[in-house]
Amino acid sequence: MEFALWTPLAVPALFAVLGIAVDAAPLRRYYPVVSSAAVLGSGLLLISAVLRHGGATSVGELLRADALSAYMLAVVGAVGLVSTWGGLSGRAESRGRANGIYGALLSLFLAAMSLAVLADSIGLMWAAIEATTIATAFLVGHHRTRRSLEAAWKYVILGSVGVAIALLGIVLIYAASIGTDSPTLSWLALSRSGLGLDRALVTAGGALAVLGFATKAGLAPMHSWLPDAHSQAPAPVSGLMSGVLLSVALYAILRIQTITNAVIGPDFLRVMLSIGGLLSLLVAASLLIRQRDYKRMLAYSSIEHMGLMAIGVAIGPAALPAVLLYVLAHGLIKATLFVLAGRILAVEGTALIGDVRHLLARRPGLAVPWLVGMSALVGFAPFGIFFAEVGIITAGWAAGMGVVVGVALLLLLVIFAALTRLTVSMTMGSPAESEPFTPDRSAHGPRLPIILALAVTATMAFVAEPVGTLLRQAGAVLGGTN
Amino acid sequence: MTDTLYTQLVGLCTGTLLLTSALMVWRHSLLASIRLLSAQGVALAALVAVIGAQENEAELILVSLLILATKGVALPWVLAHQTKATIRTIEESPRLNPTAALLTVTLLTILAYVVVSRLIGLGTSVGSHAAPIGLAMILTGFLLLITRRRARSQLIGFLLLDNGIATVAFLTSGGVPLLLELGVSLDVLLVVLILHVFTGRMRHKFGGTDVDQLRELHD
Repeated sequence: MEFALWTPLAVPALFAVLGIAVDAAPLRRYYPVVSSAAVLGSGLLLISAVLRHGGATSVGELLRADALSAYMLAVVGAVGLVSTWGGLSGRAESRGRANGIYGALLSLFLAAMSLAVLADSIGLMWAAIEATTIATAFLVGHHRTRRSLEAAWKYVILGSVGVAIALLGIVLIYAASIGTDSPTLSWLALSRSGLGLDRALVTAGGALAVLGFATKAGLAPMHSWLPDAHSQAPAPVSGLMSGVLLSVALYAILRIQTITNAVIGPDFLRVMLSIGGLLSLLVAASLLIRQRDYKRMLAYSSIEHMGLMAIGVAIGPAALPAVLLYVLAHGLIKATLFVLAGRILAVEGTALIGDVRHLLARRPGLAVPWLVGMSALVGFAPFGIFFAEVGIITAGWAAGMGVVVGVALLLLLVIFAALTRLTVSMTMGSPAESEPFTPDRSAHGPRLPIILALAVTATMAFVAEPVGTLLRQAGAVLGGTN
Repeated sequence: MTDTLYTQLVGLCTGTLLLTSALMVWRHSLLASIRLLSAQGVALAALVAVIGAQENEAELILVSLLILATKGVALPWVLAHQTKATIRTIEESPRLNPTAALLTVTLLTILAYVVVSRLIGLGTSVGSHAAPIGLAMILTGFLLLITRRRARSQLIGFLLLDNGIATVAFLTSGGVPLLLELGVSLDVLLVVLILHVFTGRMRHKFGGTDVDQLRELHD
């Protein structure tokens, strides 16, 4: 099964090179879709290997796929597939050198995220996360307008400074391991308890690493790049960044948390992550109430969901299966919604909520999936987000963090009301009689990825075998029992 | 290498690192900042070579050459890649006046010493004694990032921050594994190239590189 560790890195890299080298290939616009499919396929293969044999698949000391890595790889692939397939550009628009580079960068972005979740060394994981910033910098600035340039500048400066702080943290954790027999950056070695790491260095290193990766995960108060970057990037890029790049950064936090838990216990990071999570919910709630731009609305909703996930991570092992379910459900829904937002922007020509009215009557082909997606996003059953939120809140209650989850629940209600109001104002009602119209039933792009994504999120929470088993195993990896 | 010579050489290198950081805050001309950055890269490479010679590690000598090539030559060259005539005229107008800025650098250096002595203790080893310099460089890098207005001066702040992290890494643990060091160097080089391209686009779209102009996106 070792080849499945290489394919998610090699296949996207190959298509990136092909996309730049061969300029006139007719199928070039499908390259990122094929790359995503390769990542998803490898993820599913590794998951089946983990479920059959337990343990982990590894190549040397470089790459390693335990239940958590395999699951995250499958999430990267699935969200990538929805974003790139759903955001497929027309044949005419995909010609030219700039679009070749665009596709190549998308493929490299997928490869970097795959490397981040498969790396065993936290140093390599760091380098891969920094590589995602590099791959996405030009993707955010793809439209070359003043606004996208501003978004890209802020994104690269804040993203790389944040990740540089994480590097300082990782350096300190490495310095802590210098005092032991074998200096190492291997996550597997560092997370074993009883290694005798220096407590002060691990505390400082863990705090800095989590702070740095939290910048990349869009947690408040280091979130200010996120709404700009996610609203200015092209739809598939926004879908990937919001849907899965944030979760990859959260994955890095989870790995670091396991190392610090083994040395100094869970309380220190619990306080840090709870504060970050609640602040994110507060920021999202206060800015969603008066939001005017629907792409920024989706971006702030990502801050909200990352905040709740961070609270889940703070709660600890009991909430982890719910957090992981959340990662997949939020990824698929957010990718779907960003793809739809891209289509609405293309046909309506405006990103302002106030200028888009009566969508359900005028363009049912777009409004119906948008409504379904938004109701999944605000947390209606039977979609995965509902079960994940319930899981986190009950786990928090049981773990004695009632105040934190209580405040979170209150803020979630505010966000629920704000998002519902904005969605209703976009979709409901019908135009005045004096303005005749013909309903536009076209979906303005591939329907299948949208349908698949919504169907998967609606049903996944009910599949105990193998989803439930996998999530429990992935949670167990972080508990240090695997 | 005798211990006294080793201590003196480490002191010389870290002293140069701190001095160049403070001078970067003081000087407003872009060309001067880039030259200081280059000198700092050379000092960092020398520090790594000294540690490598002391510990008899060939890998560290290799890393030192890598640092000399990237931080000493390549990055400053990318930043100064423009005709000398135009770059000579570029002056920064920072938010802080030079006196206040230099005072802040002093305070940040003291803070760095306090934090490190609480964290790992200043100890007797040469490395841990000099580690606060690295933290002071990181904090000075933040200061530049916050107070400078021009895109390329912010970039210099980012590089100073990165040099500081490298200094901490070499002084506390004798450097990270070679593979990671390569990855870090490549990542930093690419980030600088990307920001350089964005600076060019900014000049084209906004007619200047003052980052204060970037305020169209807000809620």
